Amino acid sequence: MVSIMMGLLYLFLGPLFGGLVTGLDRRITARMQGRFGPPILQPFYDILKLFEKEQIVVRRSQNVYVYFYLLFIVFTGVLFFMGEDLLLVIFSLTLAAIFFVLAGYKGGSPFSIIGAERELLQMMAYEPMVLMMAVGMYMATKSFYVGDIVTSPMMPILLLPGMFIGVTYVLTIKLRKSPFDLSTSHHGHQELVKGITTEYSGPALALIEIAHLYEVPFIMGFVFLFFGSNWLLGFVACLAVYLLEILIDNTFARTKWQFMLVASWVVAAVFGFGNIIILSLLG
Amino acid sequence: MTYLAKSPWIIHYDATSCNGCDIEVLACLTPMYDVERFGVINTGNPKHADIFLITGSVNEQNIKVVENIYNQMPNPKVVVAIGICATSGGIFRECYNVLGGVDKVIPVDVYVPGCAARPEAIIDGVVKAIGVLEQKHTQMKKGAAVS
Amino acid sequence: MIQNIVLFLIGFPALAALVLAGVRNNNFRNRLVWVFGLIILVASVLLMFGFGSASLEVFPFHSKLLEKAMFYGEWIMSLLIFVLAIKHKKMAPIFLVVIQTTLLTWFELGHGHQLVAANNLFIDKLSIVMALIIGVIGSLICIYAVGYMKEFHENQHPEIKDRRALFFFILFFFLSAMFGIVFSNNLMWLFFFWEVTTLSSFLLIGYKQNEESINNAFRAVFMNLFGGVFFAMAIIYLFFTANTIELNQMLGLGGLVMLPVVFLSIAGMTKAAQMPFSSWLLGAMVAPTPVSALLHSSTMVKAGVYLLIRVAPLLSGTLAGLLVACVGAVTFIITSFIAISQSDAKKVLAYSTIANLGLIVMCSGIGTPTAIWAAILLVIFHAIAKGLLFLCVGVVEHKLHSRDIESMDNLIIKMPRLAWMLLVGMAGMFLAPFGMLISKWAVLKALVDTNPGLSVVLIYGSAATLFFWVKWMGKILAVVQPEKRDESGINLSEWTALYALVTATIGVCLSFPIISRLMIEPFVFGSSTATTILTRGNSLIMIIMMGFVILFRFSLPKKDEGERVVETYLSGLNVDQRNAYSAPLGATKSFIYKNYYLSKYFGEKNLANIGVATSWLIVILLIGSSLPWLV
Repeated sequence: MVSIMMGLLYLFLGPLFGGLVTGLDRRITARMQGRFGPPILQPFYDILKLFEKEQIVVRRSQNVYVYFYLLFIVFTGVLFFMGEDLLLVIFSLTLAAIFFVLAGYKGGSPFSIIGAERELLQMMAYEPMVLMMAVGMYMATKSFYVGDIVTSPMMPILLLPGMFIGVTYVLTIKLRKSPFDLSTSHHGHQELVKGITTEYSGPALALIEIAHLYEVPFIMGFVFLFFGSNWLLGFVACLAVYLLEILIDNTFARTKWQFMLVASWVVAAVFGFGNIIILSLLG
Repeated sequence: MTYLAKSPWIIHYDATSCNGCDIEVLACLTPMYDVERFGVINTGNPKHADIFLITGSVNEQNIKVVENIYNQMPNPKVVVAIGICATSGGIFRECYNVLGGVDKVIPVDVYVPGCAARPEAIIDGVVKAIGVLEQKHTQMKKGAAVS
Repeated sequence: MIQNIVLFLIGFPALAALVLAGVRNNNFRNRLVWVFGLIILVASVLLMFGFGSASLEVFPFHSKLLEKAMFYGEWIMSLLIFVLAIKHKKMAPIFLVVIQTTLLTWFELGHGHQLVAANNLFIDKLSIVMALIIGVIGSLICIYAVGYMKEFHENQHPEIKDRRALFFFILFFFLSAMFGIVFSNNLMWLFFFWEVTTLSSFLLIGYKQNEESINNAFRAVFMNLFGGVFFAMAIIYLFFTANTIELNQMLGLGGLVMLPVVFLSIAGMTKAAQMPFSSWLLGAMVAPTPVSALLHSSTMVKAGVYLLIRVAPLLSGTLAGLLVACVGAVTFIITSFIAISQSDAKKVLAYSTIANLGLIVMCSGIGTPTAIWAAILLVIFHAIAKGLLFLCVGVVEHKLHSRDIESMDNLIIKMPRLAWMLLVGMAGMFLAPFGMLISKWAVLKALVDTNPGLSVVLIYGSAATLFFWVKWMGKILAVVQPEKRDESGINLSEWTALYALVTATIGVCLSFPIISRLMIEPFVFGSSTATTILTRGNSLIMIIMMGFVILFRFSLPKKDEGERVVETYLSGLNVDQRNAYSAPLGATKSFIYKNYYLSKYFGEKNLANIGVATSWLIVILLIGSSLPWLV
């Protein structure tokens, strides 16, 4: 019953939360750059505006990929907040992300195809660390279920400090923050234009933006999991990690994919796999 | 009042500008003027943009480009000609390959004269453009209701 | 009843093969292939229903005549390889053939009268699963081959001598041997059938009779004979130490018989193209595509992992088991990486096949019930999806005259039905909620409980898998210029097999909880109440996701919905063609899209060298670990 409530709560409040976080993010970013920044509600204005626009497409079949991207992102989030199997959540997230990548290919312009390839590289870069996190959570709490992990009396971070560092690292990719915003650059006037989303406009783009908002709560949820039943600490950690990501976003230039791939795999190997090995030796 | 007014996204194209007006356009995005306060984002992609800021006069080389960018913007959309060259061709008006202002190729909604146009004037132009944008949106909705 | 079906399945394809070899008229032979194929298909399905919920049945079935025939059959096969090797001046296989034949002749002549198995044949749930794969997928591929080989000889390769009678003879004879492998309890029989598959593979790889295919055929036969020698030694050692040549008795002996178990594993690994021996499978891709589908992805290589799954309970928890798992792990990760750098469609499929076999070998090495459960599911899902992919690529190759992935631009509008089939096959290989992912999920769960260290291999390998499949999917889906739809020239036999396999790919994913409950769990966990690996809730979620994915196909817009269609954004420089832009001075420049291959990181040569070196080391350790005088 509680799990269904949580699922419904996410369904309705998830994008609101995501939007507020994104709005705050834009505000803080602006302040870091010595600007005033847009209103906190700006992400909502943007989305509502996009719905007021005309729908243009390159191919008529292209928007279906976006619908399914959104559908599976929501599905992923609902699974997560219903306390389901963490591996299932990750697989569902991968499926969603693949629809997004295929949307990019379907766009058919050089910018969107390169964006799709880069998004794929990003997925390949963060996937190992995210899966290792699930393995680590299981080793720490003996359960893959999100519901069990967030009620476990022992904080997984005590056993998984390396894993925490690794997840924080790949979170930069998942939140599409510089230096790893390779596939859909946030700012105009770049070699990639808008990457995957280049050929999507109006309502379809709005759906992509909504999907991004839906992503935020459960991505932060990954951080939250590390603190088990100590929810207060979990919230504080989420806040700290997100602020750190904003700081990184504003202090690093975009890297090449080569660096991203190698660095994330090495980080996953050292902090993630290292942590697993140490745990299994102890355990 | 529509949400178009709260989040006007722009695309900026330099037709044959001397870069004077371009620099002023970009200046609007800097901390000094910070148009992102009003939700303005420089998208760099016509398919995401609502307002087309164009600097410099149009010549034979870029007619097609200006048309392409304009066609690839979703309705409702507004064109703002920035600087005297974009408005009328300016001092280049008599050149052998220059057609004149942007309105020779695509319909222009707001003219921002100046050489170079000052950031305040540009922001003012964008605000005017937002008004036109809303009008066009109302028309579009009516059109949709009729058809 | 059951015994009769089993004997029918072993005997009938061989008889059919003889009939087909005798028919000179191509059209008549083609019709016969349809009929025989369908008979085999129906018989294997009947076997499943006839067997019902029983767990194991054994049949004595003694026949002096048959044993004599097998003995001479082995001699004839050895002689054939010997003569062909002399003819083509290949010394290495001769060496192995001589060793193997000498060993066996000495063994059978010296101890032949003692070599009596109480039960020559047996059948259990695993045999049924394998038999269904062979019977259903195998016969579908044979039917597909009718149309494919017609096109192959008449339009695509008129320069190659038409030897279709021989081709179908070997194909059906091979099916017979495969059924023999999965039903044999007598290891001598199993070995005989094993060698028949080696020979079939050898002859079919060399079908084109050009230099490349002959070289690759000999490489394949060399490596498989290498495994065969280990197989023979395993039988002989088992006989002298435990006085039995029966598979189920050997499994009952427990850890006493490590050496034969390890040697059988090595034989299995050569057949399943695991890392130090994997190069033969890549070479085998020169064969006509139905051969690649049947022998080199869906069935014959599965015989290798079948043997490993059989001995898996003995490997569980031992050092040898861990080493076997390591061979699988190395193979999985290295070949998954290499697949990224390949653009030849069949090579990508081959590498992915080796990788998945590696995963199955890894599961067998771990040998816990969960791992074996995952291994059997992998066998099923992989056989179907990979068979489908090979068949699609075969047709695409005939239509495009190239099997380079880079040439598959616009496939979705050029050949939409085929493109969707390819997409289903690829989704089946790696994507939630399709089958392979369920298995990988179970493998991961099995690993974290037994050997978390090995899970890292799965994790990195899966990331690579994701990359090379999705970029291929993207290639098919991207429309870079308008093109006419043209799916002509693909004939009925090809469509039949393709549609059947698409249905099967989706069908097994929807029904996997049932398959698991009825077929796999009884085998893995015995009659005791099985602990389900995926809880009912998770299975349900997977099926819901499946529903969504199927919905996808039908939600594609059929007619105009009022969107304005514009060209792609090319910085305003569009010209009339889609894949071109206007360059300075009025020129028109065209461009092409290429996928990323990351060959700097995932280049074939370096990685393969690393993989082969590492896996040789592990194999040597493996052999060492089993030698009784060392332990």
